[in-house]
Amino acid sequence: MAHERLLPRQYMILGLVAVCAPLGDTCLSRGMTRLPVIGLAHPASLIAAVFTPWIATGIALLIGFFASYLTALSWADLTYVLPATAFGNVIVAFLARFWLHEPISLQRWAGIALITLGVSLVAQGPSLTERPAPDFPVSPTEAEPAVQVEEEQVR
Amino acid sequence: MTIPYPSPHPGPWTAAAMIAAIIISSTAGEVLTASAMKSIGDLDEIRAHAGLKGAIHAVVTCPRFFAGVSFLALSFFSLLFALNHLNLSLVAPASASLTLVTNAVSAKIFLKENVDRRRWTAAVLVCIGVYFLAH
Repeated sequence: MAHERLLPRQYMILGLVAVCAPLGDTCLSRGMTRLPVIGLAHPASLIAAVFTPWIATGIALLIGFFASYLTALSWADLTYVLPATAFGNVIVAFLARFWLHEPISLQRWAGIALITLGVSLVAQGPSLTERPAPDFPVSPTEAEPAVQVEEEQVR
Repeated sequence: MTIPYPSPHPGPWTAAAMIAAIIISSTAGEVLTASAMKSIGDLDEIRAHAGLKGAIHAVVTCPRFFAGVSFLALSFFSLLFALNHLNLSLVAPASASLTLVTNAVSAKIFLKENVDRRRWTAAVLVCIGVYFLAH
């Protein structure tokens, strides 16, 4: 069931999306910048890159992100889930600055602050668009659960 | 032989093309995936009734989900390619933020989501933020 106000468990899933994505991206960046330059003439090199440790770790984190992301999409709007998880941009900035030692100017910090402000605006609204109830079940979950049907048959 | 840093930085148009490839494929993938997940129903409820196996089965038997994943995979390899040439602090926020805007438009058109004034304001703030990030 979708809730306008999310449950703590649902906030935890959004938190996982926010944390796993930037950590995964940072691992990918760390791995890719250590590889020789890959040109369009040799696209197969991208496949080989997948098996290097940093890229593999990044992929594992991104799989965790994807599982959480799919769960969130099943009970919230896409336009709610994406901004709510964009807090990851702030985490990326910190990781890029303090782990990868990339320079980040004041202007870029201001950009990140604006993005975060936009994200917080969306996060304050409802998580799911209200829709009229369909006349017939459109998915297995909207139909009566199998367990209940069996119980009724026993009675 | 490894090279510690990416090669000579590409020009602004090349960088924009790399980021655009990520955004377009990502938006198509996310809209298709969101549509698939809505058609499947609440995964938490499915897991409560049918267990984790049932939830996984519900997802992997949805053809639209695989269409979405294909576009997301394309987006992933576009991201890898861009990271090989550009800094993470530009690629990650720029692609993620612009994807937010293209997703808001796509979600209103294709998913019929209620993208209200609050969500549009957020999209504008994000656009300005991206401008600051890119310049």
